[in-house]
Amino acid sequence: MDHLFRELAPISTAAWAVIEEEARRTLKTTLAGRKLVDFRGPLGWDTSCVGTGRSETAAPPPGSDADARLRKVLPLVELRVPFALRRSEIDVVDRGAEDPDFEPVVTAARKIAIAEDRAIFHGHPDAGIRGLCQPRAEVALRLGDDVAGYPTLIATALNRLRDRGVDGPYAVALSERAYTDLIEATQNGYPVLEHVRRLVSGPLIWAPGLDGALVLSQRGGDFALTVGQDFSIGYLAHDAEQVRLYIEESFTFLAISPDAAMPIAPKPSPA
Amino acid sequence: MAGETLHEDRAVLTKEILDRHRALSTIMEELEAIDWYDQRIAASDNAELRAVLTHNRDEEKEHASMLLEWVRRHDPAFARHMSAQLFNQGAIRETAAIEGEAPAAAASDGSLGIGSLRGGK
Repeated sequence: MDHLFRELAPISTAAWAVIEEEARRTLKTTLAGRKLVDFRGPLGWDTSCVGTGRSETAAPPPGSDADARLRKVLPLVELRVPFALRRSEIDVVDRGAEDPDFEPVVTAARKIAIAEDRAIFHGHPDAGIRGLCQPRAEVALRLGDDVAGYPTLIATALNRLRDRGVDGPYAVALSERAYTDLIEATQNGYPVLEHVRRLVSGPLIWAPGLDGALVLSQRGGDFALTVGQDFSIGYLAHDAEQVRLYIEESFTFLAISPDAAMPIAPKPSPA
Repeated sequence: MAGETLHEDRAVLTKEILDRHRALSTIMEELEAIDWYDQRIAASDNAELRAVLTHNRDEEKEHASMLLEWVRRHDPAFARHMSAQLFNQGAIRETAAIEGEAPAAAASDGSLGIGSLRGGK
């Protein structure tokens, strides 16, 4: 038995398969960061940190005058989202039902997927993660009310990347709101979304964990998501009515070349 | 050169696929070299040459193992199967049969095997 204690759950093999497939489907749909950055791992649950190659001066051991330096590492952060399933719904799988109500799995998978993406895009200070949308010294780009202006904004972001010597191919990630706005907009009868598609050779990604938009290089080597334990479902407890489970992962994220990403801030919320 | 054996247009392949291609091509070359060394060691009657070839062959095994570990770290499906199949006791087919019966629980780390989603995976 491992740390997930799945064998203790009163869940048949068939029901586990359905629960896992629900989670897998939601994660693959919702996760955006993993469609855009390099992936390292999974290195296992027992992996605690990754090296950054950097060190800082430290005090020498007491009674010694030797120079001391302390290696700087990025600790892996554990994210966990608990959920509960009704045992009556788990049981219907073994009776052949094809429509068990596993909505809590979907909700939990979406929550943890968005949490990972929030860390990648907007950072997670407690975990030492700086996100791709961190503020820049230069004048920030911002989505406006006029969706027809989105292609110009994205072209400006692409020019800034090229000015920095950042090669393509380039990808664009859009928040749920920006993506919806773009899909619905047309200019002279031509979908604005298609204008954007013509600007970039890489993917156009729907990113519900992102605020605004992000244009970034896909040349590789610029952004690294390091995963210890990849998304897994574990067991917490059960009673006669329900089984309490959780979905969990451990990871960290490092923007090796932050300049290879150009954030576009969301449009201001109405006051 | 590994790049000469691409079966699709390089422009449509991601950096990750190209890196895996480099690793897998190199593993194939290492394994082929081990096979050739085995045969030459068996064929030679010069003890000193056999010792050198044996040393070289075993170095290729180290290289192949390092590359397999790299693949494990960069390919979640490989990692799952390696975890299930390697360093077990008993008949190999038994391990495969257990995995076949319970695909949902097959990943020995219990993960959902999401891994990288780049390249439309």
